[in-house]
Amino acid sequence: MEVRAELKYTKSHEWVKEEGGVWTIGLTDYAQSALGDLVFVNLPEVGDSVEAGEVFGDVESVKAVSDVYSPVTGEVEEINEELLDAPETINGAPYDAWFIKVKDVSGTEELLSAEEYEAFVASEE
Amino acid sequence: MLIFEKSRPGRGCDLLPECDVEVTLPQEKDKREKKLHLPELSEIELSRHYTELAKKSHGVNDGFYPLGSCTMKYNPKINEDMAALPGFTEIHPLQPAHTVQGCLEVIKESENLLCEITGMDRMTFQPAAGAHGEFTGLLLIKAYHKSRGDEKRKKIIVPDSAHGTNPASAAMAGFQVVSIESAPDGGVDLEKLQEVCGEDTAGLMLTNPNTVGLFDKNILKITEIVHNCGGLCYYDGANLNAVMGTVRPGDMGFDVIHLNLHKTFSTPHGGGGPGSGPVGCKSMLVPFLPSYVVDGEEELKFVKEPQSIGEMKSFYGNFTVIVKALTYVKTLGREGIPEASRNAVLNANYMMNKLKDLYTMAYDEVCMHEFVMSLADLKKKTGISAMDIAKGLLDNGIHPPTMYFPLIVEEALMVEPTETESKETLDEAVEVLRKLYEIAETDAEQLHQAPVTTPVTRMDEVGAARHPYLRYEWQD
Amino acid sequence: MGSYVPNTKEQRQEMLKEIGFQSIDDLFAHIPAEVKIQGGLNIPEGKTELEVRRDMENIAAKNQIFKTIFRGAGAYRHFIPATVKSVISKENLLTAYTPYQAEISQGILQSIFEYQTMICDLTGMDISNACVYDGAEASAEGVAMCRDRKRSKALVSATVNPYVLETIKTYCFGNEMEVEVIPEKDGLTDIEYLKEHVDAQTACVLIQHPNYYGNLEEAAEIGEITHGAGAKYVMNVNPISLGVVKTPAEYGADVAVGEGQPLGLSIAFGGPYLGFMAATQKMMRNLPGRIVGQTEDHNGKKGYVLTLQAREQHIRREKASSNICSNQALCALAVGVYLATMGNEGIKKAATLSTSKAHYLSAELAKVGYQTENKGEFFHEFVTVSEVPVAKALAALEEKGILGGFPLDEHRILWCCTEVNTKEEMDAVVQILKEVQ
Repeated sequence: MEVRAELKYTKSHEWVKEEGGVWTIGLTDYAQSALGDLVFVNLPEVGDSVEAGEVFGDVESVKAVSDVYSPVTGEVEEINEELLDAPETINGAPYDAWFIKVKDVSGTEELLSAEEYEAFVASEE
Repeated sequence: MLIFEKSRPGRGCDLLPECDVEVTLPQEKDKREKKLHLPELSEIELSRHYTELAKKSHGVNDGFYPLGSCTMKYNPKINEDMAALPGFTEIHPLQPAHTVQGCLEVIKESENLLCEITGMDRMTFQPAAGAHGEFTGLLLIKAYHKSRGDEKRKKIIVPDSAHGTNPASAAMAGFQVVSIESAPDGGVDLEKLQEVCGEDTAGLMLTNPNTVGLFDKNILKITEIVHNCGGLCYYDGANLNAVMGTVRPGDMGFDVIHLNLHKTFSTPHGGGGPGSGPVGCKSMLVPFLPSYVVDGEEELKFVKEPQSIGEMKSFYGNFTVIVKALTYVKTLGREGIPEASRNAVLNANYMMNKLKDLYTMAYDEVCMHEFVMSLADLKKKTGISAMDIAKGLLDNGIHPPTMYFPLIVEEALMVEPTETESKETLDEAVEVLRKLYEIAETDAEQLHQAPVTTPVTRMDEVGAARHPYLRYEWQD
Repeated sequence: MGSYVPNTKEQRQEMLKEIGFQSIDDLFAHIPAEVKIQGGLNIPEGKTELEVRRDMENIAAKNQIFKTIFRGAGAYRHFIPATVKSVISKENLLTAYTPYQAEISQGILQSIFEYQTMICDLTGMDISNACVYDGAEASAEGVAMCRDRKRSKALVSATVNPYVLETIKTYCFGNEMEVEVIPEKDGLTDIEYLKEHVDAQTACVLIQHPNYYGNLEEAAEIGEITHGAGAKYVMNVNPISLGVVKTPAEYGADVAVGEGQPLGLSIAFGGPYLGFMAATQKMMRNLPGRIVGQTEDHNGKKGYVLTLQAREQHIRREKASSNICSNQALCALAVGVYLATMGNEGIKKAATLSTSKAHYLSAELAKVGYQTENKGEFFHEFVTVSEVPVAKALAALEEKGILGGFPLDEHRILWCCTEVNTKEEMDAVVQILKEVQ
């Protein structure tokens, strides 16, 4: 399982990265591996508001659907439309396959450091 | 090969005579411009094409089909004959009432018989399938609360062991779904039920025996808790084949039910329909029934209920499917109905007992018409999953049990032999399952590869979903 | 009495003994006595096959079979080639379950894939599902699939079949979408009303084409108005008409639905029929129900599977867009066989004969006092107005074994012709009506 030191994580297995007030969100390597081959992703629309700890989209495998939660409260600035045509990139490169970028962030969920997240995953297993 | 690949321009069948009146066609602005591109084949090619497709399909007539929750019993041939009578198939649904007395009698008599079997007061036959019936029944509940000005009742309680259609139907009917965790014995957790019941409860959806194949002994208590908080009780008839003739949903406290005529009442599944999902209800829900009910003594007629929820689809339901079910109920009658379910339960218990020293039963007690095995241990031990065992069965001419359902059992295989299978068939299936277990322990790789004798092997479902290819593209 | 239980009494005893029980009653012992039926079911005793056959045949004989039918209004007697019955009687197909086990269901899966392709060809749309219950229910599903977070109103033309409108209303009573009926003007959708009422809350506009009265609507214009407001355009179309009439795709529809019964299914007192649903590629994920896709097995051999299943109830549960599970698969098979047998020429001919005959009958009826009300183009149905009360006219026809058109009110009749109606039959109708005063 790959965990990147420069990212923050949630207990619901999203990663998040802040750059100049814009927060980029994706699914962790651990999550993609647990979910198996992903076949589709449902994303919000640009301009939608998302809330920390609430569902903003979902990912589909052949036989399951899993919710994806937002680590932050704010407004969707951009969505990764490439995922709609190539969901397999989430499996192949989870830390490149970002889902959404959020601006005007007013709050975040409890965020874990890389070490904390690794420890959390280990405790869950 | 696809039928399109067999097509040759200019081939076809000689079917219709020339026009015997002056030809009229739409004006230019409404005339079809897009080329019509249907296959063109001679009759022999067509006929062989579908014979080939039939060979690559597996029905109840091909062998044992212990698909849990689906009641794949034998489909008697007399049913088909009766449904094909021109006196039924050649009747227009909008003929005057006095010319369709036979059709009305079919509906009336089916209603009488099935109401007696289920303990309901009236029944509508309009719903075309089980899920359609669920949606109908929930709309009855919604209309009932609304008529009493009780509009705060927005929640439908559904156990986590329920069929996926239950929560989906509740959502379609505009309800919020409250899922409650099952008790360790697989039944409804009374305390949890009590906790979630309140003045916002519209009702509870339940199947009994439940989806783990056990009869919930607390059933009267369950329905009482729901009624006490002002909710109604919905019975999912998927498992009625376990208890018909012994217990009636109406006597267990249920207010509205649906039946699956294509499960319990022997009409064929047709590769996924047409089924029929009649909805029965107690008197307080009758005013809201959809479409028409059949009334009258001397001459039967269609009558619309005063506060009817409206129409669920066109006309009166999948009529010839009802004819098949009526034929079946008439054949079985008062002794045959309980005899069918009693033997379904015997067959299930027999199979379970012949397997339980080897396979882990999710609940090791007397089951009803089906039982659930958990292959979690086997998977841990050998890497062989419920899916692998299922695929191994395919190589032995047996349709697999329902896989990965109910969701509360890990690596579940749900086995429903039905009453129409003989001891010899059950013994054979037990042998096959035992053999597969042995292979799992000795040569797991062999099972991972299964099936190998079928027209195709395991399919790339991921590829299919990632890059949907949903129709043939003509080359020209 | 039969229960189709093969095990003999002795075998049942043997089985019980083997698992340690005395009687079958013991297996039901844990069920509380207070819910058990006392004294058995109050229904008649079972019967032998011969008795049941007699009984059912007697019931069927109480119905009147009309040799000649000029009534449609949602159920159409068309010619059905013999291949259809031959195929749908094949037991491997008839008695199979939903094709979840792809390896032993390639026949059924392929037949659905072929059905989807043919529905796409007929409607001109990009994708089709494996069918739903019937045309009215397909319309209700078609409306529901257009809803999004911002748009939850449906505008439905008053000129659709009453069952279509009523079913949409019932479904919307459930999902709490608003339904607004676009009134009718001279038998057509009132376009001025539509222009005024289609707005940013409108999820879709639904019309029927040809409509309930047989009229061809200003379908292209309605599509433009609908899209102008950002709403989706749903067309309920008669599949036989598509042999000669423009496809919903050509009119700009986003979703095409319809009653599949004319394509090889008996009128059968209203069912089983089939609802077809097709859509643009863009709407693929909103389409309810089963969909079959082509893929490969692990050895690279071409095959078919149920796909995009994560849209469906068994996975998405309360978040599924529809609860549909069993559909009308055997009917879809029948439709596939029908379309493949008829071929391009057959469908065009069925459409041509139907509309031509309707125009002939319309002209002939006018000569005896039954004036056609339809002002513009109609397909194979039309409405007449007469001085003579319709009850009297239809009774006269019935006496001669003819099921006349459907009575809309005391003086208006909705007629239908298909390729099975002959000139002689139509002339007979005119002759009979001429004598009714």
